[in-house]
Amino acid sequence: MPDGLAVQVTDLVVEISATGTPVVSGVSLQLAVGQVLGLVGESGCGKTTLALALLGYARRGLRIRSGSVAIGGTDLLSLRGHELERLRGRLVSYVPQDPASALNPGRRVGIQLRETLTVHHSGLSAPEVRARLLGALADVGLARQESLLRRFPHQLSGGQQQRIAIAMALVNRPALIVMDEPTTGLDVTTQAHVLDTIREICRTQNAAVVYVSHDLAVVSSLANNVAVMYAGRMAESGPSAVVLRRPSHPYVTGLIRAVPDAAARHRLTGIPGQAPEPAARPSGCAFAPRCSLAIDICRTVDPPPVAVADGHLSWCHRAGQARVTSQDEADAASAAQPEADGPEPLLLVSNLNAWYGGTPVLAGVSIRIERGRCLAVVGESGSGKTTLARAIAGLHREHDGTVMLDGQPLGRSAPQRTDRQRRAVQYIFQNPYGSLNPRRTIRRILEQPLRHLPPGGQRDPLTRALDRVSLPATVLDRYPHQLSGGQRQRVAIARALILEPELLICDEVTSALDVSVQAVIMRLLDDLRQQGLSMLFVTHNLGLVPSIAQDVVVMASGQVVESGQAPAVLARPSSPETAALLAALPRLEAEGAAGRP
Amino acid sequence: MKWRPSRSSAWFRAARTTRGRVGLLLVGLVAAIALLGPLLTPDSPTALLGVPFARPGSGHLLGLEYVGRDTLARVLDGGIRILPLAAIATAAGVGLGAFFGISAGYRGGAYDEIVMRTLDVLLAVPQIILALLLVSLAGASPLLVGTAVVLIHAPQVARVARAATLRAAREDFVKYSQALSDPPLRIMLTDVLPNVSGPLLVESALRLTYSIGIIASLNFLGLGTRPPFPDWGAMINENRIGIGQNPWPVVVPVALVAVLTIGASLYADALSRATAGIELGAEGVLVAPVDEGGRDA
Repeated sequence: MPDGLAVQVTDLVVEISATGTPVVSGVSLQLAVGQVLGLVGESGCGKTTLALALLGYARRGLRIRSGSVAIGGTDLLSLRGHELERLRGRLVSYVPQDPASALNPGRRVGIQLRETLTVHHSGLSAPEVRARLLGALADVGLARQESLLRRFPHQLSGGQQQRIAIAMALVNRPALIVMDEPTTGLDVTTQAHVLDTIREICRTQNAAVVYVSHDLAVVSSLANNVAVMYAGRMAESGPSAVVLRRPSHPYVTGLIRAVPDAAARHRLTGIPGQAPEPAARPSGCAFAPRCSLAIDICRTVDPPPVAVADGHLSWCHRAGQARVTSQDEADAASAAQPEADGPEPLLLVSNLNAWYGGTPVLAGVSIRIERGRCLAVVGESGSGKTTLARAIAGLHREHDGTVMLDGQPLGRSAPQRTDRQRRAVQYIFQNPYGSLNPRRTIRRILEQPLRHLPPGGQRDPLTRALDRVSLPATVLDRYPHQLSGGQRQRVAIARALILEPELLICDEVTSALDVSVQAVIMRLLDDLRQQGLSMLFVTHNLGLVPSIAQDVVVMASGQVVESGQAPAVLARPSSPETAALLAALPRLEAEGAAGRP
Repeated sequence: MKWRPSRSSAWFRAARTTRGRVGLLLVGLVAAIALLGPLLTPDSPTALLGVPFARPGSGHLLGLEYVGRDTLARVLDGGIRILPLAAIATAAGVGLGAFFGISAGYRGGAYDEIVMRTLDVLLAVPQIILALLLVSLAGASPLLVGTAVVLIHAPQVARVARAATLRAAREDFVKYSQALSDPPLRIMLTDVLPNVSGPLLVESALRLTYSIGIIASLNFLGLGTRPPFPDWGAMINENRIGIGQNPWPVVVPVALVAVLTIGASLYADALSRATAGIELGAEGVLVAPVDEGGRDA
């Protein structure tokens, strides 16, 4: 292994043990000491499988078939059982996505941290252990916060939990730290702090980091190098500044166009189709069925790596021919923008207070939504934005103040409203995995609201609703688990549309979805708005606001801190909270991406 | 993926797995012995034919039992008195428990407290005492034995059902139905019940075993089957003392009950997996090849 390399992976193949179907096939990569490699891809592309293989580990049902993973000169895959266990944590360590489930909820974090150290270094004296623990705390930006060690995980904030998890990964000074989406569950401001911590660690600790993420913006702000995976193979790799500015693989180009950005008002573009399952991957280039540039050779011959520039590889027969165009901006400019200040708003909320079992969550919130417009409600978790949405939808009865729809007051909970009012306000839940009953077919799910329609309504409502969300009628006889996340969210939207609502409340509807699917759903919602539907769009991601909303309110600690028309608020935030949210937003610094200068 | 799933498809899907197939086979075997056995007895199950605990041989394949009756005849004749009763009592107990557990978990509040505390009282009374109490009130009969089994199962099943319901009732699809103002009974039947059926099914298989045990002990006390008629539960108890001389009168009924339990558990497990969609692909999710892009394509 050449000097200065921390990790070298060669021709790694991970397969499903029962069938021999490869999940990760023939992946090679290398990483120098002190560098961050961003491993990017959408769900199901094999990035977590690859990340775990870097620890010599395969999830249940999978098996590492061939290849080598050399870390600091040791081939991890040649080791077995006890030897491998000894090196995990010492040579290579892992930071999982959800720190809350990685830390034992019943033990103080200090004990867990000390155990991680002493299991590998049993000879350390008590003062040495103490010094190492405090050192690890300082490394993750928790210096002089020794009291944290005496707390239980639930007494820490999400950001603190994740830093403790990183400290556990760090305390044995490994050569490689594998991080699997460590900031996905965190607020943008907390995420910014954790990312700073990771940068600092790489600089000072000489550790190499493999950072797995689906978020191109985060990766571009953190990683020196980036490797984009698709369907278990490498699609493109190279220095992140080069790959993300001048991508040469059509898949990477598509991903970049799907990334939302607060600074640019444009419609997001998704990638049509979906990534194939491991068993259904086509011959030739796996991306060919979704690729607009595909030619005959793409469908038959596996593309070899093409060196686009020094260190920049692209596994594409037509490398360099995909260009990021600025067509979408023109698209956005022509989009219909109904005027504000109509005589009577569709929804008028004034002085709304809400609480959870006596604890106040919302204090004096007032918002208005005009017909045919979309109001984005933005804030960090805990700011009360979901409670506001649920109170309006009649799902949170502990509130007072007035909610007027069309000039009529709405009852506090669903049973207190009229049939017409219940139809007029429809709610789309955050997680499409939980909002559809897993034991009913899509047909029965969509039939459920039909009972609430006045008699003599439209004919064939199911197919019509599916058509409006661009789903084929063949999904009717499937169960939710047979659909992808994006398809499930479309079913949820279709279920809401059946009742012909006037106001659609979308609660973080894309946060559980991949970025390319998110873009497709955002376009769908914007199309529906242009057909006359009004919308309340709840999100923590200011970057999504320009592509959907005309108006925006920013919430913090249960109050509205800023409101106004979206472009004005994003360009000139007047409250410190909005400015902080904007500053913490990771930006994809991509040249010419979707027409951004 | 051509087949159209129907309401009953989970039962068939479960039966198509190895686990489910083996389970059904074992349950079927024991059920066949119990139901057809009385027609096949070689000797009278109540006639005295020789010395107690005589070893197998001389026309008695499994030897004789504690008063000198034919073991094989009593095994074949003894299932019918215990299996149908156990199955019906289990179903009734699970049904009653599920009803109270789901309604208490879903409605919460005072109703939850009253139902669950009442069931706690029932749970606190030892099983045999409960049965004896019933006998002193109504006299001994198989109906009474069944009632006792139902009362013993219901509180425990209710606890399982309530815990699963609390989890299911937090799901967004339940909130969706509430936002539509669907009646609570409909929400419980269509949203909650199908999503708690997994743990309930596993519990039912276990409960079937307990039922056989409880009925056997009640029979042993002479509260159910009256001597001299045989049943598997009573046989295990009657013949314990002679296990050194002729083990078969104990071993065979024990084995039959064990095989039934294992079979029922395997099938219940296959059923709960089939309904949860676990057996579909390595990642547990089967993504159907439906076009995602729609109009953006």
